[in-house]
Amino acid sequence: MILVWPIVIPMLTAALLLLLPNRFAAQRAVALVSSVVLLGAGLLLLARVLGEGPIAAQLGGWAAPFGITLVADILSAAMVVITGIIAVAVSIYAYGELEGADEANGHHALTQALLTGVCGAFLTGDIFNLYVWFEVMLIASFGLLVVGGGRAQIDGAVKYVGLNLIATLAFLSGIGLLYGTTGTLNMADLAGKLDGRQEEMAVLISAALLLFAFGAKAGMFPAFFWLPASYHTPSITSAALFSALLTKVGVYALIRTFTLVYDVDVPAVQTVLIWGAVLTMVVGVLGAAAQSSVRRILSWHIISQIGYMILGLAIYTPLALVGAIFYLFHHIVVKANLFLIAGVIKRLTGSEDLYKIGGLWKAKPWLGVLFLIPALSLAGIPPLSGFWAKLLVIQASLEAEGWLLAFFALAVGLLTVFSMSKIWLEAFWKPHPDGDDAVNGHVPWSMYLPIIALAAITIFIGLFAGMFVDAAITSADQILNPDAYINAVLGGS
Amino acid sequence: MEPILAGLTGLLVAAGVYLMLSGNLVRYLFGLVMLSNAANLLIFVAGGLTRSAPPLIEAGQKVPAEGVANALPQALILTAIVIGFGLFCFALALAYRAFYAMGTAKMDDMRLAEPLEDTAK
Repeated sequence: MILVWPIVIPMLTAALLLLLPNRFAAQRAVALVSSVVLLGAGLLLLARVLGEGPIAAQLGGWAAPFGITLVADILSAAMVVITGIIAVAVSIYAYGELEGADEANGHHALTQALLTGVCGAFLTGDIFNLYVWFEVMLIASFGLLVVGGGRAQIDGAVKYVGLNLIATLAFLSGIGLLYGTTGTLNMADLAGKLDGRQEEMAVLISAALLLFAFGAKAGMFPAFFWLPASYHTPSITSAALFSALLTKVGVYALIRTFTLVYDVDVPAVQTVLIWGAVLTMVVGVLGAAAQSSVRRILSWHIISQIGYMILGLAIYTPLALVGAIFYLFHHIVVKANLFLIAGVIKRLTGSEDLYKIGGLWKAKPWLGVLFLIPALSLAGIPPLSGFWAKLLVIQASLEAEGWLLAFFALAVGLLTVFSMSKIWLEAFWKPHPDGDDAVNGHVPWSMYLPIIALAAITIFIGLFAGMFVDAAITSADQILNPDAYINAVLGGS
Repeated sequence: MEPILAGLTGLLVAAGVYLMLSGNLVRYLFGLVMLSNAANLLIFVAGGLTRSAPPLIEAGQKVPAEGVANALPQALILTAIVIGFGLFCFALALAYRAFYAMGTAKMDDMRLAEPLEDTAK
């Protein structure tokens, strides 16, 4: 039963919120309580999985591989926990930031629907069911993009919807071919059925289609254009939620399918993944360098950082996978925090355009400190969490003798410092173009609270990195030796 | 039967991609519908076509008799049709709103979220 709760809680909450139209105070409270409960359910699940190894549940009593299976190993359970953390953070932030149109058009219900899809995608053990959860997540994110009703939001949503639907269709076609080849949709069962058949043409084509689909969802080169076109348009609360979770569900799906179902070490697959990852890192960071608006810089950096995670998967040594998993968690916390800070900057100075703002260091020095924690962590400065994440990935590429890969990873890190110092210099250090009195917006405590909490988590991960790396090692071991996972799904029925 | 349906799937993809490349938002969406139908047909063909009996189980039996059609691809397609229909309805409404907001359905001219002057800086 414990596997069902992270899906059922947000689903029921979404339904409940629809019954409270126009009662915004009640909606905010319900959403916050539900997010806390989701976090609690995730922690219980993680504790159970850490103690017992992977656990599975067969929905409706249909034995695997025929029915739909829910299954959690350390990676899925930890992803549910971090989803809960982000859900709590944005629910608190919503108190301060949201106004008018967003809430009236159902922001809270859509957020909970999105969380349902995200948790479902993390916990399902069936690839067609994964498709369904992706769609739940997708339609909720469509809604969140346009609830504000602004013209720029509609424009961003057109690009987001148009490009994501192509990825969805590629996903569906890949599943069709996979089913045609193997006759099963259960991922643990697929692992056995595809043993020794990895280089068959039909299998490779389905792998290519799924790689394109998940890559597009993750923001991987060359299918990332939907992301910088849309992430700076919705409310900050929604943008932070998107930046933390949506692309990472794509990365999770890549890790899950390309370790369990497909083998990364088929040469064709590995080459595409490695160079796709490198191009993602480089293009993302160069795109960021050309931008002058806070959230648009941050959006391009999501793409660049996704490259590191996929590089970790593509190198496919135990250490590289540890790096990818650690990177995934570090990045969710840091990126959500930077988006939340972008919201505070916008409130205080009246704009997100770096050429129109400034003077924040003088007006709010401790906001500068709060910004520097995730910003330096993103760039990989020790002892913050991003340093360990980058160290693991780069060390793994050196051990695999990928000198060029290590070079690109380091160079992209350097350019990340450039982008972060650009925000620092323009928004914080230089005086405001309209005089320093122009920094006078009112920012309620509910907007600072999640920023402080996420910054504390970033520092905690950095200082106690050993603990998290150990967990990532156990998790990578489960992923590379999936027998326990497969037994939990197929044996326990 | 398979070659005909496979050819039809290819034709739908080709026509869909052609429409999507036209640069007009409405044609793009029609192209997406064609791709979506092609994906459904692909599942249907890949799932195996058989001229078999419907998968009905006789009263008192637990498993169907030999030689019945596989119902699973049809269930998958049905799910995909429902989801695709919902997404397409949303996309159409969005396209209408986008035309209303920007006064154009040409995708090259839709630059509100990413204005051109930004890149010139």
